[in-house]
Amino acid sequence: MEKKKLSLIVFSGDFDRAVAAFTLATGAAAVNWEVNLFFTFWGLNLIKKNKGHAAIGKGILARFFNFLLGGRNNVPLSRMNFLGASPRLMTGMMRSKNVATLEELVSAAHELKVNFVACEMAMNILGITRSDLIDEVREVIGVPTFLKLSQDAQVLFI
Amino acid sequence: MTYVKVKLLLAKLPKGEIVDITLLRGEPLENVPRSAAEDGHRIVEIREATDPCHVVIEKG
Repeated sequence: MEKKKLSLIVFSGDFDRAVAAFTLATGAAAVNWEVNLFFTFWGLNLIKKNKGHAAIGKGILARFFNFLLGGRNNVPLSRMNFLGASPRLMTGMMRSKNVATLEELVSAAHELKVNFVACEMAMNILGITRSDLIDEVREVIGVPTFLKLSQDAQVLFI
Repeated sequence: MTYVKVKLLLAKLPKGEIVDITLLRGEPLENVPRSAAEDGHRIVEIREATDPCHVVIEKG
């Protein structure tokens, strides 16, 4: 029987949207779906090797943007960010309800062999190279390859 | 996420090992035994009278 497929375009770099993306990805992978996570634009912040603020990238503007955006430790809540306090508060709330945190979800996604791919165009714009991303990123791809990867898949944009 | 955690736990265990999982009623209780059985594990017992509920699974 052919495996069901899910492709998630992770455009947002928001904490809550990242939690939603990884919850969907891990939930589908746990019931044996083939799952792709395509990180583009602000979603790239979730898969940077440096999880804090780092002036990575080629060129002054790229380094400026990447420093301000930061990595996975700095992703903001989409509403009521309260100057960056909310993701920490939200993580505490999740822990107290025994709900997986963002870090746990990312780790689970790796263990369940969710396919992490990164957008070549967005990386180019932001001056990010392959070496700036976590080792678990399988490939840097463009739209044609993403479309091929997502053939017969349900595609969601987050 | 409940079955995600169960699946990752079972993956680390040897075949035949038995685990007792505590679950909330509703979606987790409906989903976990079904998904575990589909993955080839044996559902030894489901105890719904308790709160939280328990599902005992033998690694397949």
